Amino acid sequence: MKPLDTLRYARDAATGTPLRTGLLLLAISIGVAAVVILISLGDGARRFVVGQFSSIGTNLVIVLPGRSETRGFNPANLVTSTPRDLTVDDANTLLRVDGVLRIAPVVIGTTEINAEGKLREAMMVGTNDDFFRVRQLKLGLGRFLSKDEIGHGSAEVVLGAGIRREIFGAENPLGKTVRVGDRRLRVVGVLSEGGQGLGMTTDELLIVPVATAQAMLNSNTLFRVLIEARSREQIANVKVHVLKVITQRHEGEEDITVITQDAVLETFDKILNVLTLGVSGIAAISLAVAGILVMNVMLVSVTQRTAEIGLLKALGATSTAVRQLFIVEAVLLSLTGGLLGTGLGYLGAGLLRHLYPSFPAYPPLWAVAAGLGTALVSGLVFGVMPARRAAQLDPIQALSKR
Amino acid sequence: MLMPNGGLIQLQSINRTFMLGDSQVHALRDVNLNIVSGEYIAVMGPSGSGKSTLLNLLGLLDRPDTGIYQLENRDVTSLSQDELAKIRSERIGFIFQSFHLVPRLTAEANIELPLVLSGMPTKERTKRVLQALKEYGLEDRAQHRPNELSGGQRQRVAIARATILRPAVLLADEPTGNLDRVTGEEVVRLLEELNAQGMTLITVTHDPVLGARARRQIRMEDGGIISDVTNAPTIIT
Repeated sequence: MKPLDTLRYARDAATGTPLRTGLLLLAISIGVAAVVILISLGDGARRFVVGQFSSIGTNLVIVLPGRSETRGFNPANLVTSTPRDLTVDDANTLLRVDGVLRIAPVVIGTTEINAEGKLREAMMVGTNDDFFRVRQLKLGLGRFLSKDEIGHGSAEVVLGAGIRREIFGAENPLGKTVRVGDRRLRVVGVLSEGGQGLGMTTDELLIVPVATAQAMLNSNTLFRVLIEARSREQIANVKVHVLKVITQRHEGEEDITVITQDAVLETFDKILNVLTLGVSGIAAISLAVAGILVMNVMLVSVTQRTAEIGLLKALGATSTAVRQLFIVEAVLLSLTGGLLGTGLGYLGAGLLRHLYPSFPAYPPLWAVAAGLGTALVSGLVFGVMPARRAAQLDPIQALSKR
Repeated sequence: MLMPNGGLIQLQSINRTFMLGDSQVHALRDVNLNIVSGEYIAVMGPSGSGKSTLLNLLGLLDRPDTGIYQLENRDVTSLSQDELAKIRSERIGFIFQSFHLVPRLTAEANIELPLVLSGMPTKERTKRVLQALKEYGLEDRAQHRPNELSGGQRQRVAIARATILRPAVLLADEPTGNLDRVTGEEVVRLLEELNAQGMTLITVTHDPVLGARARRQIRMEDGGIISDVTNAPTIIT
């Protein structure tokens, strides 16, 4: 029997029972679609996080107050467990470290903004003029905070685009006075819309000078110090020196944590890759179920077509030819189901992107390959047994069945 | 005993037993048979007399437990399954009581099936099928499925399928069993025409009228041949 004829015969056999074939295709395509969509989700999550991390700036070294203990017992912990404050002065000293391009101290707190008779809660970030470049922000209107040489804090505020819209609408807010907490501040700029970073949108932020924020929050300590290194190569060097300088200033106690953007990125990348694999493994289970379904349907098909198989043998079909017919049918079914499922997966991922535009749920190529491959392999594996049963059928008994 | 030439089929002390539960059934008991090319044979006998087993054996669907079966002077008892399939494809045509057409295929595709299985090129196939449709008067039924055909038409499709590769032997198992008298008569006449063209025809039947038409009548009982009568050729005027 020629391959093309085998293919045609198998196709006719499959389309001869539309309901059964349709249901089977549905099962396989749902399995494959699940694999494709779940992988897109996992991979999308990875890309999302990596994107978020990259969007906070480049060549970043981040200083956190407090020590995340990774060195076991330290006698210093017995004496004092409270970390010293990380202060603005600490941050400014870091400017002198070799390889540091600019720094931005960060204080964060929630506060209220009150203007034009409207009141709302907002996240306030206290920082300096360099924050603008370190975080690679974009301005919609006006200017960013001015340079604060003396460190007393001026009465300025930069609004997030969302806050500006809610309070001032289409009006120009530049030069207007707003009440933030217990202070009256002058609006000097508005950030452009759609800024992202570390899970928070800059649309809902108020940015004020760090001294002003510290006074309002009645606190001396910084939430973070963002350091931008001169180049990627200097990141490691900067990290070591920053740690040394701060330790010196804190009377020899290492009570800060320095993390680099690269290390964090890499870790997240790894974690989320594993997550994606795990999730797709779960999806593959549904494919295995679909594979068993293929086997079941093919076994039923063999039983139902006993007389036909007997006839084929009487007409001179070899056992090999009969086996091939059934394997080809199984593979044809699973491949069609796989293709349908891939289409369905793309559709599902597209729907996800439509619903959550910021989430990059694109099915990677390997997801499609994995889905199709699993479908094909399961079709082959689960098609062999029914095909063998068909090939071994005794033609006399097969023919006597009416 | 063995005829060196001219014999189409030679069976020598063929035995075939089946296990039915615990009891052993002797379906064929020491059967000896010589069939010459072009014969018209009716195998008759009550149910369970072994006539179907004999037909399956002749059609190479079954193997004897002991004995020698020579088809066209070739011992076929020792051939492999695939070799047997090849001989079935080329030398033997089957006709069944219940037609055994593939329900999802058209009449045309059903007739084409043996050609497809033998791996014949498409062009040659179409030509042969077209010719067969014409010969059996099925041209206007070519695109119909079996359930859209009458019983007689179905059996004609089955005969066309069995004979499309010009086999040496045509084995018919109760070919008129599912047909009424008139269509049955038509089908028998068709088979006899094929026999007249030189094809060896072996029918298994319960029907004494049908059996009486054959030139040679073999009666079986309990797995053995009890009578083997060859009538003088009737001259058709």
